[in-house]
Amino acid sequence: MIQVSIEVNGKTVTAEVEPRLTLLDFIRDVAGLKGTHAGCEHGVCGACTVLVEGNAIRSCLVLAVQADEQEVISIEGVGGDLGRSGELSIVQDAFCEAHGLQCGYCTPGMVLVAEALLADTPNPTEGDIREAISGNICRCTGYVQIVEAVMLAADRLANRNYKSKPGQPSDQTLG
Amino acid sequence: MVEKKYKFISQPRHPSENRRFVAGRGNFVADIDRPNMLHVAPLSSHYPAAIINNIDISEAMMMDGVIDVITGAEIGAAIQPLMNGLDTPKVQRFPLAVNRVRYAGEWVCAVVAESRAIAEDALEKIIIDATPQPFVLDAEEALLPSSPPVHPEHGSNILLDRKFVWGTVGEDFVNAEHNLSFSVIWGRNSTVPIETFGVVAEWNGWDNILDVWASVQMPKYSDQIARCLNLPGNAVRVHYDVDVGGSYGVKRGIKHATLIGYIARKLGRPIRFIEDRLENMRAGDAHGPERKFNVEVAFESDGNVRSMRMRALDNAGAYAGRAPFQLGKPISAIVGPYQINSVSYHAISVTSNKTVQEAVRGFGQAPTNYAIETAMDRVASFLKMDRLALRQRNLIRSDQFPYLIPSGSTYDSGDYHAVIDKVLAAADYKTLLVKRDHLRDEGMMAGIGIAACLEPSGGNSSFEPLLNEANKTSTWMESCQINVDGLGHLTARIHTTSSGQGHETLVSTVLGEVLEIDPSNIRITRPNSLESLPGNSPVGSRMAIMLGGAAARSAEKLKAKLIKIAAHSLGIDAEKLTYAGGNVLAPDGRKHTWQDAVELAHRQFHNLPEGMDPGLAAFDIMQVPTGNALPVDGKVHMYPCYSFEFHLVLLAFDPVIGRPEIHSYTVGHDCGTVINPAIVSGMTYGGIAHGIGAALLEEFAYDPNGQLMTQSFLDYLMPSSHEVPPIQIVKHCTPSPHTVFGQKGSGESGYLGSPAAISSAINDAVSALDIRFEKLPIRMSAISDAIANKSA
Repeated sequence: MIQVSIEVNGKTVTAEVEPRLTLLDFIRDVAGLKGTHAGCEHGVCGACTVLVEGNAIRSCLVLAVQADEQEVISIEGVGGDLGRSGELSIVQDAFCEAHGLQCGYCTPGMVLVAEALLADTPNPTEGDIREAISGNICRCTGYVQIVEAVMLAADRLANRNYKSKPGQPSDQTLG
Repeated sequence: MVEKKYKFISQPRHPSENRRFVAGRGNFVADIDRPNMLHVAPLSSHYPAAIINNIDISEAMMMDGVIDVITGAEIGAAIQPLMNGLDTPKVQRFPLAVNRVRYAGEWVCAVVAESRAIAEDALEKIIIDATPQPFVLDAEEALLPSSPPVHPEHGSNILLDRKFVWGTVGEDFVNAEHNLSFSVIWGRNSTVPIETFGVVAEWNGWDNILDVWASVQMPKYSDQIARCLNLPGNAVRVHYDVDVGGSYGVKRGIKHATLIGYIARKLGRPIRFIEDRLENMRAGDAHGPERKFNVEVAFESDGNVRSMRMRALDNAGAYAGRAPFQLGKPISAIVGPYQINSVSYHAISVTSNKTVQEAVRGFGQAPTNYAIETAMDRVASFLKMDRLALRQRNLIRSDQFPYLIPSGSTYDSGDYHAVIDKVLAAADYKTLLVKRDHLRDEGMMAGIGIAACLEPSGGNSSFEPLLNEANKTSTWMESCQINVDGLGHLTARIHTTSSGQGHETLVSTVLGEVLEIDPSNIRITRPNSLESLPGNSPVGSRMAIMLGGAAARSAEKLKAKLIKIAAHSLGIDAEKLTYAGGNVLAPDGRKHTWQDAVELAHRQFHNLPEGMDPGLAAFDIMQVPTGNALPVDGKVHMYPCYSFEFHLVLLAFDPVIGRPEIHSYTVGHDCGTVINPAIVSGMTYGGIAHGIGAALLEEFAYDPNGQLMTQSFLDYLMPSSHEVPPIQIVKHCTPSPHTVFGQKGSGESGYLGSPAAISSAINDAVSALDIRFEKLPIRMSAISDAIANKSA
């Protein structure tokens, strides 16, 4: 067993873990945050995507010990006041509005990929969006409304009246 | 027909379920932690067929954290076999292989341990002594009397072999000027949801009740679990508030639930089993149809198609289940949207040593549509007629509805020609042709794909009695219950799980429409199976029709009660009152408000009409409209509603590389009155994406040794955002006469026609080379090889 200390959504979680424990299982079973989903567990589907140091990564391909002393944002860390009940980020709200989801299983990963994209590329083209989400498989939507959702989020982020810190998820609920 | 105007129905409202999902607050089965829970890992067979001589679990049992190892012999002696829809009693299926394994990957035993990791470690310590047996993979081979039977007790591999002749087929073939024949193959693929199947079960021996949480989309799930485990029906409680991470038909999970339920009861501790991806792909028993069609069509020189003979041979895999009925649903639309006078249909389902087949989006309709549409392209090619003109000539006209087809179903309504005209205009068909030719001039292989097809929806499962005379099913109900609380707020209960279809939005929209109240203020709950009214889960594109119907009828009952209370209170005949916005209005201007009725119903029994029960609640259990008869003479009416889709695609590929890129995709869709436009569009987009996968990428391929080769997402390729193009949906609305708002089903839309359209486009692209692709998926390697062979 190895001790790891990972900052998850701003809160440090310290635990003794087996070296084989994935970051995905750490987030779900040790930190107790169930919004990060296992899809394939071999790094193809993207359902387990989280942000590590601001970058969208697949938590099924990273061991918890590799994420020691790093900053992780899971879907629970997106939205107003780090998951304050009922508040959505601009990106999350745009996914609702454009119906960029159906069953909701791949959605946390899609939202985080979109957050990461828009933090780096505030005015993405459709091609940028398709490229950004191309590592996340969705079986429900055919991606059409997901692309629309990210476009809508980009528009709204561009027109909002304040800026969040670069690399941080959009953290303001729409008024 | 003129579309009625609605306040909430057909209006843009974003689905209310979305908020919890974008926040990662769904309640998926893997999120359910029960105190003191144990975990399961199954051991898979390496052999496609073998007799099990011995299973040595001794070393595994000695490992720390291992609680038990369950074998097929143990569970086979303790529970009843899983439900088999066909009349094949000797094709028995248990959650674990009993004495004999029948496909590579089949679960032989299951380790129960304190963690999933320990259970997986223990699998390596189990030693199976088995004697390999001959096996069969191909359906035609499985038919031969010389082939090794997958179930020797059954005597052959034939599960189902039925011949139907509807109308004057022989005569029509003799009289027609031409006929042609061809074969096409629909490859084995599936819906492959991103969430695998999972189940948690917990036995409470003090109350004698088994609680089940499952990622399931299955009619009569709790009944089936109870029957298998020899429990009373009311001793199994399935929790419907579990969100299902995609299903599209396959999440039936009955073998998983009986296994986990059995273990939970045996050990007295909560048990969780979540398939990993390999278990899901290889042994989740969730592959889709693998079907070979032999088709013969008789037609005239003017393009009129008179008759069709179809033989459909389906490879069901190792066990029967419900899957062979997927040969039955297409009987309800066996002529597609066309006026074909007569049809013969030979439906055969065989066992093979492959993974078990389960229901997939469209329940067999998409493969059949692919065969019918291929026939249309072949006839056009034979006659050197335009493919579009040929279809337009044969389509049923809007003035012919209701239209009785030879196999006994009556199509409710439609305007196929109008939908096609709209699509041609929206896609700018003439320009599309120019673009295709321009791409060809540039050295690309370019083709236009066309497909028209129907989506039968909301049926009563009458393919069951049609294919199995011992089965007398005609009932296929759905229900809804509503209650107005003491503060006047409305809560509705729906009695099923959902896997992304937006049922909460469906029900709140319908209730809001009928009762003229804001749907966003309506709460939807999902009780467990013991607290539920009967239903049949979201299968066969039925929920808009059936759950929407039951919700509307519940609301009408509630509204009638509100009016009766008001009539009594105001001292006026109910007929003279009008209902508006939740209030009841008298002709003299007096108003009996919603809150007045709440006050009387909840607190003033003395002021209620004589004989009226207190409270404001209503429920409805609704039978399928038009679903009231068993088959007669091999014919039956199956579905109340038939949605129509028309696909028009332009794609192109480099002749050396052979990787198709879709340049334009337009689909016309008529599913009657749309309850929620965003939901219906989303399903259509998703169905098309799934169809693109089935047409170009996805296949569960086996090697000659019976091993599944595509068992991860690195081999089983699903469309990403790069493969699915922007899609233009052209909407049309021909209301159904059989439903409350004129709605039809749409849950399987897109998928039913897109594989046919993509195949049509690729075959158009290579037509100049005299190449024909007759098997799906048409992978890029197949394309480039075929072109290379032609050139060489």
